[in-house]
Amino acid sequence: MGLTPDEWEALRLSAKVASFATLLSLPLGIAVAWVLARRRFPGKLLVEVLVQLPMVLPPVVPGYLLLLLLGTQGPLGSWLLDTFGIRVAFTWQGAVIASAVMAFPLMVQPVRLAFRMIDVRLEQAAATLGAPPWRAWISITLPLALPGILAGAVLCFTRSLGEFGATMAFVGNIPGETRTLPLAIYSYTHVPDGEAAAWRLACLSIALAVAALVLAHWANRRAEQRLGYHDHHVPARA
Amino acid sequence: MFRLELDLEFRRGALTLHAQATIDGGTTGICGPSGSGKSTLLALIAGLLRPRRGHIRFDGASLTDVGRREFVPPWQRHFGLVFQDGQLFPHLSVRQNLLYGWQRLRPEERRFELDQVTQLLEIEPLLERRTTQLSGGERSRVALGRALLYSPRLLLLDEPLSALDDRLKEQILPFLKRVRDETRIPMLYVTHSRAEVEYLAERVLRIEDGRLS
Repeated sequence: MGLTPDEWEALRLSAKVASFATLLSLPLGIAVAWVLARRRFPGKLLVEVLVQLPMVLPPVVPGYLLLLLLGTQGPLGSWLLDTFGIRVAFTWQGAVIASAVMAFPLMVQPVRLAFRMIDVRLEQAAATLGAPPWRAWISITLPLALPGILAGAVLCFTRSLGEFGATMAFVGNIPGETRTLPLAIYSYTHVPDGEAAAWRLACLSIALAVAALVLAHWANRRAEQRLGYHDHHVPARA
Repeated sequence: MFRLELDLEFRRGALTLHAQATIDGGTTGICGPSGSGKSTLLALIAGLLRPRRGHIRFDGASLTDVGRREFVPPWQRHFGLVFQDGQLFPHLSVRQNLLYGWQRLRPEERRFELDQVTQLLEIEPLLERRTTQLSGGERSRVALGRALLYSPRLLLLDEPLSALDDRLKEQILPFLKRVRDETRIPMLYVTHSRAEVEYLAERVLRIEDGRLS
């Protein structure tokens, strides 16, 4: 499948944006998932709604809100520009933020579920063996939640690859800067003779998504086997 | 010898637990029907729960004192707790499980080495296994070994045999006796089984309807 330099550029940019968006979401996603899985506090419902909101809103809405907040005229955007000379609207870094926001619910959900499935008494056992909470968390909780974290990261990555609406609203469709695969496909469908390129990039998107999901399932199974989950949860064949 | 002073009240849901007792020396059995608050009592002693009021003292030192706002967290109490179903860490090997608490001790705090404990409990052949590949009896012994290697000042046993059938219980009980006789670590043994308590304990307390007497 021969790609033109422009198409390669879109692919490279998509991979870059999705990778950074995943890295950005990972620590925050793990923290939020843990708090939602294990802590009770006033206003928890509000946090849950807020976390899930990007999943159900029209993607343009979060994009538009990001533009209001982080645009050069926005309160945070103008401060960033004046203080550090950083501009995020209409840059690839802005595309990373848009993707991270949109993919965040997909990151949090499986991680949260993984934390919930861990028996609190395992952490208590670690505590009675002299492990302070942070050490019990690192040595017991985190490794046991690894399959969920992996699943969350892959979902976040694939969702970022497909991000369109929020990216378009927040950072536009600038070749080489913010024109990721979906935006490139959209652009090609609007120019004469663009059909072949659109078709190639659409196939590529499908292949990437399938590969990522296959990888996720494989890694998840490996991690679960390593943790001995299969011995418990899958009944042996009679 | 040790001296554990309890004077506390704890409430959760339908359960109200009152405990007023001084426990000292050797092996003490705490016997009572299920739902009577036995496990809760051990969790309070281990520091996994906080009482509503009252205090817990060990050898004169305060572990929990609600009135004086004193609370020593479980990871600083240095008590071993063997849970009902062992609670072995599923992602670690038997060896890694056994050494989990031991690694956290300074060399001079270590009363036992891995070899001694694995020989005592006859678990040497299991060291490289995954904990999910163990039988019920093997799990019990590994859980016991893990708590022992942490060289606890007091060993709390929460129905360690309840998950086993009668045949296995008879196999494990002598190990507990051996641990008691060879390590001299004081034990608090909670169970609903009169027979287990009579076999192991030098003294028996009863817990009924949330009251320890």
